[in-house]
Amino acid sequence: MVQENGKEQTLALKLRVWRQRRGQPGAFEEHALAAVPTSASFLEMMDMLNEQLIKEGKDTFAFDHDCREGICGMCSMTINGMPHGPIPGVTTCQLHMRNFRDGETITVEPWRARAFPVLKDLAVDRSAFDKVIQSGGFITVRTGSAPEANNIPVPKPIADEAMDAAECIGCGACVASCKNGSAMLFVGAKINHLNILPQGQAERDRRTLAMVKTMDEAGFGNCTNYGECQAHCPKSITLDVIAKLNRDYLRARVKEFFSSTGKPSKGGD
Amino acid sequence: MALSGLVLAGFVLGHMSGNLLMFKGPEAINAYAAWLHANKGLLWGARIVLVVSTLAHLWTGIQLTLENRASRDGGPAVDATRRATLSSRTMPYSGVVILAFAVFHLLHYTFRTVALGGVEFGDNVHGMLIAGFSSKPVAVFYIVSMILLCLHLSHGVSSVFQTLGLRNERWRARLDCLAQLYAWVVALGFISIPLAVLLGLLK
Repeated sequence: MVQENGKEQTLALKLRVWRQRRGQPGAFEEHALAAVPTSASFLEMMDMLNEQLIKEGKDTFAFDHDCREGICGMCSMTINGMPHGPIPGVTTCQLHMRNFRDGETITVEPWRARAFPVLKDLAVDRSAFDKVIQSGGFITVRTGSAPEANNIPVPKPIADEAMDAAECIGCGACVASCKNGSAMLFVGAKINHLNILPQGQAERDRRTLAMVKTMDEAGFGNCTNYGECQAHCPKSITLDVIAKLNRDYLRARVKEFFSSTGKPSKGGD
Repeated sequence: MALSGLVLAGFVLGHMSGNLLMFKGPEAINAYAAWLHANKGLLWGARIVLVVSTLAHLWTGIQLTLENRASRDGGPAVDATRRATLSSRTMPYSGVVILAFAVFHLLHYTFRTVALGGVEFGDNVHGMLIAGFSSKPVAVFYIVSMILLCLHLSHGVSSVFQTLGLRNERWRARLDCLAQLYAWVVALGFISIPLAVLLGLLK
């Protein structure tokens, strides 16, 4: 906490916040907000703005948030053009106002991508990610009693790599930061998380093909190796997952192309 | 995109290496040109592969650019690019200029219908190049196009590895370096000839 003479520093801010109703064109609205403590999180600052709007008898801004401790992936604001704001490796809820200057103008807008239509103001519909997960982001196991944890040995480096990929919280900052609106970092993380573990082998090729197909159908763009996703990911997932997604996809396509039909071909001997 | 790009990137290196025979004298480059033309199978095989690769590269490039523009949906009101390089952001533009250049270049030195003043050079490739690059605007256009080719290759060559899944964080910096080196070698090799003619070093 930044303190001066025993009192916490506060900021006076000028906010340009996106206002939009579903299916209608949106625009920025300007609001002045005074006495924002530097220890407040960005979402707490947005709460202050909404309280001020309620007192003024105006509509509040809708925005997504849930755990407010950086692990749920719900918060989703583009702050001064950067998804999750100026500090690499943190989510909006973990971004603190001490990273802004007194008197600064802050532009707050929703994720911008065709696959993420605006629901209201700063809240976007991210169900395209759910569809991608539903198409292959799972393993088939017998449910019921928990299996013995050490039945399937997992080498430590593989476990570490899978955990690195599993860090993805599915917030969509990769799509919002990508100049192509591509979801390759998200899909790459999810596919890698399962494809390298022994438990994920049974559906490995089917998973890869299905998740990529669903991703394309949802209207996400293609990867052209800008690297913006890695630079904006709040969990610092690297482009490695995209290279491995490409590798697994090529492998699955080749295997699918030469798959056996189990029958002799007609006219053959 | 990656596979057709790989063929085209390989071709420009080969083409550039052949061109450097200009510095060995008229006999060397003319003999090389005559050898290429004598091997009809090699010449036409290469031409067909190049035309197919170019069309594939164009088609996938246009599709990629249109799809990606639509997916972006305008983008944020404030631009805050963190990492995307100039070369990665200008791929469609550098590509279009290189295509226009390639068309001009074919008309210039392969079909020999433009910018040569109607002079017949026959098998004298050396004389044709000197005459062609003696025109300042033509030489400058060649040099500028090759700088854009350098920009295009410096992103394209390292992207090939990513698309084929042959890259990781450890190798990314090394491959980016390799791509830069490749792009500069190709571009400077090509540029050396019009530049040498402009400076009067090649006569």
